[in-house]
Amino acid sequence: MKEDRVAADALTAGTGSTAGAPLISVEDLHTSFHVAEGEVKAVSGVSFTLDRGQTLGIVGESGSGKTVLARSIMRLNLGSNVVTTGSAVFEGRDLLGLSSADMRSLWGTELAMVFQDPMTSLNPLVRVGRQVTEHLRQHFGVSRAAARQTAIDLLTEVRIPDAEVRLRAFPHELSGGMRQRVSIAIALACEPAVLFADEPTTALDVTVQHQILNLLGREQRERQMAMVLVTHDLGVVAGRTDETIVMYAGKVVEQAPTGRLFSDMRHPYSEALLRSIPRIGQPSHTRLAAITGRPPDLVNPPSGCSFSPRCPYVQARCVEEAPPLAATDDPDHRFACWTPVGSPEARDSFGRNLAAGLPQTVVVGGAVAGRSQGLADTIADDGAGA
Amino acid sequence: MAGTGSAHLRPVDEVLVSIRDLVVEYPVVGRRTVKAVSGISLDIGVGETLGLVGESGCGKSTTGRAIIQLPPPTSGSVVFDGVELTGLSEKEMRRRRTDLQMIFQDPISSLNPRRRIGDIVAEPLDVWGPHDAAEQARMVDEMLDAVGIDPGVARDKRPHEFSGGQCQRISIARSLVLGPRLLICDEPVSALDVSVQAQILNLLRDLKEEYNLTLVFIAHDLAVIKNISDRVAVMYLGKLCEIAGSDDLYANAAHPYTEVLLGANPEPDPGAHLDFEAIDVVELPSPIDPPSGCRFRTRCVHASDLCAAEEPQIRRVAGDHYVACHHPLVAVPG
Repeated sequence: MKEDRVAADALTAGTGSTAGAPLISVEDLHTSFHVAEGEVKAVSGVSFTLDRGQTLGIVGESGSGKTVLARSIMRLNLGSNVVTTGSAVFEGRDLLGLSSADMRSLWGTELAMVFQDPMTSLNPLVRVGRQVTEHLRQHFGVSRAAARQTAIDLLTEVRIPDAEVRLRAFPHELSGGMRQRVSIAIALACEPAVLFADEPTTALDVTVQHQILNLLGREQRERQMAMVLVTHDLGVVAGRTDETIVMYAGKVVEQAPTGRLFSDMRHPYSEALLRSIPRIGQPSHTRLAAITGRPPDLVNPPSGCSFSPRCPYVQARCVEEAPPLAATDDPDHRFACWTPVGSPEARDSFGRNLAAGLPQTVVVGGAVAGRSQGLADTIADDGAGA
Repeated sequence: MAGTGSAHLRPVDEVLVSIRDLVVEYPVVGRRTVKAVSGISLDIGVGETLGLVGESGCGKSTTGRAIIQLPPPTSGSVVFDGVELTGLSEKEMRRRRTDLQMIFQDPISSLNPRRRIGDIVAEPLDVWGPHDAAEQARMVDEMLDAVGIDPGVARDKRPHEFSGGQCQRISIARSLVLGPRLLICDEPVSALDVSVQAQILNLLRDLKEEYNLTLVFIAHDLAVIKNISDRVAVMYLGKLCEIAGSDDLYANAAHPYTEVLLGANPEPDPGAHLDFEAIDVVELPSPIDPPSGCRFRTRCVHASDLCAAEEPQIRRVAGDHYVACHHPLVAVPG
């Protein structure tokens, strides 16, 4: 059945009817939760497109809306207090307008998800084998024997040793890394077109994280899947995604091809996230440029730019007027900031803020608010200054 | 990696904590034992930060807990400030624990959700004094202030009203209110966002200066360990692999396992070479029946017959850099 679809795609591409249309196109997506305190604007106006075989990283702190965004597209935000507006068009159909029954036929077969905690996302009472074959049996009516063979193949593919024996195992009998590999096998079972991975390695050791990310990357390439990788760690998206979206307080603050984001970072929040990561290349006891303060209250967000209370380059305009997400000279690289990293405005306001003793500026300390030296040098300077 | 030996130890009277031949084993069904820690020797100087790094199951947390005798080790000795802790009675050990405190990975579950922050931080004082309410309140406020929590706002709130990073600050305040000399930090930033992680690491460094603390810092993240530690000990399956000053360890990794850990660290650099085919999923051997000789040999690309036959002894590489390996990656004298 999957082959049919791929063949059909090739046909339509040939006739040009959907040629050039992205696999997923998200337009002006908003998601709010209505709670006692008011309306929590978890996602505010996010747009992006994703093609077959492409990977997108969504990066931000806890509460930035990255998980809610992924779950909104998957239609997994349940509850009568959730309002999602905008559109998320997948192969010509707006997911936000589909009935639950239609969504259910897409879950697993076209859109699949790997969650952060494999212990809670797997059913503790059901053997691994049945969890892997559930989608196949449900959606494609595959025979029990054929499903079993597919499950063995899948578990072998995700490097589970003795796959035949492990089919009989319960989740608690497996290590954390093995459980996450089982989750990946489940997600891949029906060969989905898009895989959402929501912090798939946050609960795991570095070595296991490395294996899981490599495994996801390899499967994504071999199957020509589209993948959305949600994480709080810029180190995870570097080199593993084609495009990266940086989110803050429910909004996209910077969006660029991943290489470009790192080489030409413009938003102060992206820069702050990168600066706060301890690096192996830094000398021991380097003082980290932590982001001061906390993410804003999403019921009553600050006026103007929501990052302004924590931004070292803040100036009067930032508090009065929210900056639009605008393109740079490269139309694929967009950011929302009045005082972008490396601009003369940023340099001026940094100097003023440092003199005024603003804590977020003092933290960055001697680091030069300029791109003339390049980010790597700035970080090296941080080290020398500590 | 099985390293045993004591070549790397300093004289007992020069250090705050001296751990010798520490063994921690747990009985499991079938009369078998989990060998969580198998003969670790370490020492920690006054004012030093010792990082313990390794994968889950390497025994790093067990080692940290064995220092404060929670639970007491199966065998071996832990000398703290000249006093042998393993021989103390339960009552004497309780008194001693005011000098040795611990903070944990999950800041939210390590605070009692039904109690107010002021009471949580004051609890150690309820046990050991001072018992004067006004004096207690003053000490609690001072401590909360030191960890960056506004006491006026926080005192009467409960843990669920705070974020993970703030709860970790409150845990730190509770652990420091009795004025301990040694603080054991068991993965204190692993559950936190990168931005909050940086705040907590900076805070621990500041508090260490201010209160003259000695730290044992346990983590699986090499970059975090390097940032905070003076010396780093790499552990694998209950054994010590390598120990060195932190800059030295990362510049001249001598143990193949250290190199594996370093290679797995996600560097925020899109130019870094990523080998997607490198998915050598090798499961950690069972700590019930660990491999003979060097315990790392089943995952080691340099393993030879010698590694299966004989456990490597800890040898000096240079200065205070020591490694337990038959085939170290850098030249080892002698």
